[in-house]
Amino acid sequence: MAIRWGNYKVANLHDELLRASGKPRPYAEDLCEYLRNLTDAEILEYKAGADSAIQVMGITFRVYNDEEGSIDRAWPFDIIPRLIDKKEWENIEVGLKQRVKALNMFIDDLYNDQNIIKDGVFPADLLDKSKNFLNECKGFSPPLGVWAHICGSDLVRDNKGTVYVLEDNLRVPSGVSYMLENRQVMKRVFPEMFEKLNIMPVDDYSSDLYDMLAAMSPRDIAEPEIVVLTPGIYNSAYFEHAYLAQQMGAELVEGSDLVVGEDDCVYMRTINGLSRVDVVYRRIDDWFLDPEVFNPESTLGVPGIMRAWKAGNVALANAPGSGVADDKVVYAFVPDIIKYYLNEEVILPNVPTYKCVNEDERAYVLENIASMVVKPANESGGYGMLIGPHSSAKEHDKFRKLIQEDPRNYVAQPMLILSTAPTMVDTKVEPRHLDLRPFILSGKDVKVTTGGLTRVAMIKGSTVVNSSQGGGSKDTWIVDMEGS
Amino acid sequence: MLSRVANNLCWLGRYLERAENTARIINVNSNLLLDLPKSISLGWEPIVDILSYRELFYSNHKEAVERNVINFMVADRKNLGSIISALSAARENARTIREIIPREAWEKINELYSYAKENCQKAQARRSRYAFLSEIIQCNQTITGILAGTMTHDEGYAFLRIGRNIERADMTTRIIDVRSASLLQDTETSQSAFENLQWMSVLKSLTAYQMYRREVRLRIRRPDVLKFLLLENRFPRSLLHTLQQVEHCLKQLPNHEDVIMQIRVVENHLLEANPQSLIQEKLHDFIDDMQLGLNTIFDKINETYFYHQQ
Repeated sequence: MAIRWGNYKVANLHDELLRASGKPRPYAEDLCEYLRNLTDAEILEYKAGADSAIQVMGITFRVYNDEEGSIDRAWPFDIIPRLIDKKEWENIEVGLKQRVKALNMFIDDLYNDQNIIKDGVFPADLLDKSKNFLNECKGFSPPLGVWAHICGSDLVRDNKGTVYVLEDNLRVPSGVSYMLENRQVMKRVFPEMFEKLNIMPVDDYSSDLYDMLAAMSPRDIAEPEIVVLTPGIYNSAYFEHAYLAQQMGAELVEGSDLVVGEDDCVYMRTINGLSRVDVVYRRIDDWFLDPEVFNPESTLGVPGIMRAWKAGNVALANAPGSGVADDKVVYAFVPDIIKYYLNEEVILPNVPTYKCVNEDERAYVLENIASMVVKPANESGGYGMLIGPHSSAKEHDKFRKLIQEDPRNYVAQPMLILSTAPTMVDTKVEPRHLDLRPFILSGKDVKVTTGGLTRVAMIKGSTVVNSSQGGGSKDTWIVDMEGS
Repeated sequence: MLSRVANNLCWLGRYLERAENTARIINVNSNLLLDLPKSISLGWEPIVDILSYRELFYSNHKEAVERNVINFMVADRKNLGSIISALSAARENARTIREIIPREAWEKINELYSYAKENCQKAQARRSRYAFLSEIIQCNQTITGILAGTMTHDEGYAFLRIGRNIERADMTTRIIDVRSASLLQDTETSQSAFENLQWMSVLKSLTAYQMYRREVRLRIRRPDVLKFLLLENRFPRSLLHTLQQVEHCLKQLPNHEDVIMQIRVVENHLLEANPQSLIQEKLHDFIDDMQLGLNTIFDKINETYFYHQQ
């Protein structure tokens, strides 16, 4: 037999499937038993089956390469799913809804009355220094007060078993297409498990997304025109843009396909002439969205689209300026923000976060930098970070300097030991660290994906799960134990 | 359908057709030169002229010798009409509309480009040239087949075919023009054996030889060849046929009235032509009219579907 759970070492770790060597968690018992009975040949066959399914489905992300232009690369996929008990998930779901609701109220407040600042809960000077606060959005409130229609929040679990929110992505979070496609692949690879276990489906996301977007339409018509605005084929997430457009039956457009008329309405150029657009699910950053207002050099955007948006003639999802609430300094305030707007205690805790802008917290960070993770406020994708325990003394000094020069731009967190799950290495299993990115849709109501995208660091010991830096993914099963 | 997508489909059709036609022309010229005696040296310059790249060619080459022309027409990326440039452009167009065309077609286009890129040196040696060019042609034919057999025959497919037929019409007129003007003596009565060969090569450049033979059993004569290539509406590379195809495709599209009217103008002019009287200057002028007509049609298509004003 290829997989021996007795040899699987989880000391000092929290493993998502096993509570100790050879001891699966209750909801993972059937799966572990099934895997234990597979021969090497079967494992290789299933892996090959998954690989070819990924090939056939064309699940890729794009990497730029000088010689060939852009190339599509298949994202590493592990055939062992990550399981979560439905009971635990329901609590997480409530926590995510609470969080996104409060964040949307926060953004709306910042661009309007700024009560949270007046009441002394959020410091005014933090807002002044925020790169993502857009003056152009001041005094505006989108329909229903929703700014971040689509949010991707990254969850991690530490070795004590506590689930934390690591960060919120309120601008153009990506990855949901991989969540959907991973499930399709798994249904081909392990159909038996889907019969045996009560695994909650994920595939209503596309229609939920469509419904949410359609509800944002400024025109009250039966079939509003929804488009997905992509930067184009060279973007690393182009596959996802095309995929979501296709799933929703929406046009996939580039900036040059859209034009804003003198009536401040958005139109797309079709072979029938100009055709009115109601909702733009934009997958390009604020800075490139409208050359009239933001980066004048941008050829990806649509001149005048901000005018159209402010005139209420088009819905933009996510709303420009939403990013103000996802920088890593604001993150540290989220528990206070939830308390302030909802008068509730935070359900999903933040990772303890030291704000370098506060003198005593900064002193602590400078002192303990070797054991901490330091993050710049406005970067994503794992760039510009310091992982203290994995860095040299020289790098520690470099970041000490960076922090002292611009304390507002840095936060620090203790180094968490992320939870693991069994991951195939050849025909054996080894623990690999992972996180989870659920997606939260906010419209008339708030909906959370069933589970989300599990990203796994394929390199032994690594905790970097980003696709651009050697990460892979797993299917995520929310298992209903009571129903089985 | 988005204008950008329609435009890309149209140019995908054009570029693929261009690569195929260029391959055919080179193949035929290679064969023709082997048959002609040394005294009648037609050489390779007409090939440069067919695609109107004389200026670009001579800015980089001194002489229109075989080696230079082959390289220019097959592998030179500075020449936008070269096989490699056409295939590269086709691939880029296909890439941006991957969601629209069948996956197999995209893969085949990709494969064709890679093949051309890796093997274009084979076009230099006479021994391997035929095999290389045949592969390009056959691969193109396969792509056409995949598209016809697996793509929904919707508006997008109509644009693809419009592009293909416009390009084909353009190439047919260019070949007739260059071959007749610079190569062929219009001595109607005294057909030399070599003139015969040259008219044959015109037919072969358009893969029309066999079909012509089935239609016209007589000896190969200029007026018959012209009639066949211009007016035989059952032959898929004749000018009349390509125009009718464009018209047929347009009928599936919105707002086609103005474009079709433009096609009718060119078509009527074509139908009035008397191949018997189309000699030398007259033929050249007539072909010029046809080319201008094609340009007007394409401009009208651009204006109606791709670059319409607000």
